[in-house]
Amino acid sequence: MYRNLTIRQKQIVWAWAFLAIPVLFYTVIRFYPTGNAILISFQNWNLLGSRTWAGLENYEKLWNDPVFWKVFQNTFVYLLLGTPISLVLSFIIAYHLDKLRFMHGFLRMLYFLPFMTSAVAMAWVWRWFYQDVPIGLFNNILAGFGIPQIKFLQSTTNALPAVLAPAVWAGLGFQVIIFMAGLRAIPTSYYEAAKIDGVGWWTVLTQITIPLLRPTIVFIVVFSSIGFLRIFDHVFNMTTNNPGGPLNATKPLVLMIYDTAFNGFDMGYAAAQTVVLFTILLIVSLIQLRLLRST
Amino acid sequence: MSDITPTADALLMAKPAPRSRNMGQIIRWLLLFIGGIAMVMPIAYMISTSLKWPHEVYNVNLIPVEPTIENYTYVLEDGRFYWWFVNSIIIATITTICNLLFDSLVGYTLCKFRFPGRTIVFIAILSTLMIPTEMLVIPWYLMSQSFGWLDSYWGIMFPGLMTAFGTFLMKQFFESVPDDFIEAARIDGLNELQIWWTVAMPLVKPALAALAIFVFLGNWTAFLWPLIVTNSVDMYTIPVGLSGFGDEADVAWELIMTGAAISTIPTLIVFLIFQRFIIRGVVMAGLKG
Repeated sequence: MYRNLTIRQKQIVWAWAFLAIPVLFYTVIRFYPTGNAILISFQNWNLLGSRTWAGLENYEKLWNDPVFWKVFQNTFVYLLLGTPISLVLSFIIAYHLDKLRFMHGFLRMLYFLPFMTSAVAMAWVWRWFYQDVPIGLFNNILAGFGIPQIKFLQSTTNALPAVLAPAVWAGLGFQVIIFMAGLRAIPTSYYEAAKIDGVGWWTVLTQITIPLLRPTIVFIVVFSSIGFLRIFDHVFNMTTNNPGGPLNATKPLVLMIYDTAFNGFDMGYAAAQTVVLFTILLIVSLIQLRLLRST
Repeated sequence: MSDITPTADALLMAKPAPRSRNMGQIIRWLLLFIGGIAMVMPIAYMISTSLKWPHEVYNVNLIPVEPTIENYTYVLEDGRFYWWFVNSIIIATITTICNLLFDSLVGYTLCKFRFPGRTIVFIAILSTLMIPTEMLVIPWYLMSQSFGWLDSYWGIMFPGLMTAFGTFLMKQFFESVPDDFIEAARIDGLNELQIWWTVAMPLVKPALAALAIFVFLGNWTAFLWPLIVTNSVDMYTIPVGLSGFGDEADVAWELIMTGAAISTIPTLIVFLIFQRFIIRGVVMAGLKG
């Protein structure tokens, strides 16, 4: 049979033979669950009883849930603090590192090392840093200088930035490397022309470097935005005694989903929350495509 | 995007341009050096504390006065960390191998074959990049429950055996494999599977290495799904185990730091050995993926 096929037909047979298992995988492990999640979001189900149709009930519940709005707000605070801070810091580091030769590789390594750590391990390290005297490193150092103690994780105002800090710290190295690659991709002729014209460094930075880095900046903004919108590991591990606390001050959307589904077993309600997360991420990705296309 | 690889290589060398050693350069170097030291401080303190005796833990000195490996002995003799470590190694290794095989096979097929349905498969896989894991954990959990996959290696691994990210990374790199090579192999009588394995795969080794690092690191540090799917302490991965370990009321900070160090040191060692390679991989994956 196979021998009688033309070369083109043989190629088709091979292609589908190669794709058979992957297509099955993507159908069963990606597409079916996506549809299932959306379906469950319109149902009431506590895992044990029967699934009953709920219509928009879960979404109405979400709309009227003050905890959800708090969580929604927290999620965007993570995004709106984390993304600009890490963008600016990583750009400043990359911009200056790019101009150095002495021990260049060593410095780059120092900045990149945190990217290779595990979020759970580092969340515990930072959690230890944040403890009160005589345990925590930060408060011990403050005490050494005679500065009053700071409540980091127990305060409703300080807890969120305190949880965010290790997330920013861990992602910085990656962004520095991407920025440096972007900086190297700018042709030196632009800088030479600017030099001949006697343009100052600030003008070079704002008129040449940053405009030409636009694709890199868009990539980093979107990549880190998605990361901050999905923050979970750091929050969960730094607040295990009261996940998302104090008083939901640090609770992001993913933690609420986890809680609703696997502590409250309210699968329908949790699924509705995942649909909201999906929608938010979709909007962010579409904005990215828009921005990239206009460059 | 064909100019990316030279960029990645250029990144590994210090820029040849400025030779001036003026004050500005020295200050710039010093500030970056201080910043860099600050960046590694959390890691340094984690390792330092894991080597301290209990009575010394709350001193802020970085170098332990009397270093000890007592904490490591204690944590490893407890036995749980040993199993979590083994579990994590097994899961991350198998997942990495699966990703290397399937992602490259799919990427190769989508890149080098012309067949009906190609565009649909391509777009379908591309669209899964938009679906967040968090949306799928509930259906995955239900699926695992009905098939009896809860609390097993397979249960932890199955969602990550193939990734759209890896597929597109590999597809991009197979573009650089000349079609003539494949044609020549066909004339030599190799079948398509042999061509993929013996002709195309060796030409994309750097990309395979980059993918391997990403997938391994991702699975080594994965937390949410292993936390959901495992119940028994024996099946935990390192992050899930460490999270529960730290939460136990009577566990001292130096032991938590030891656990954290055990979970972090392997990836740090891998990084220090393959540093240039990994940074190049990050650039390739970041810009192509």
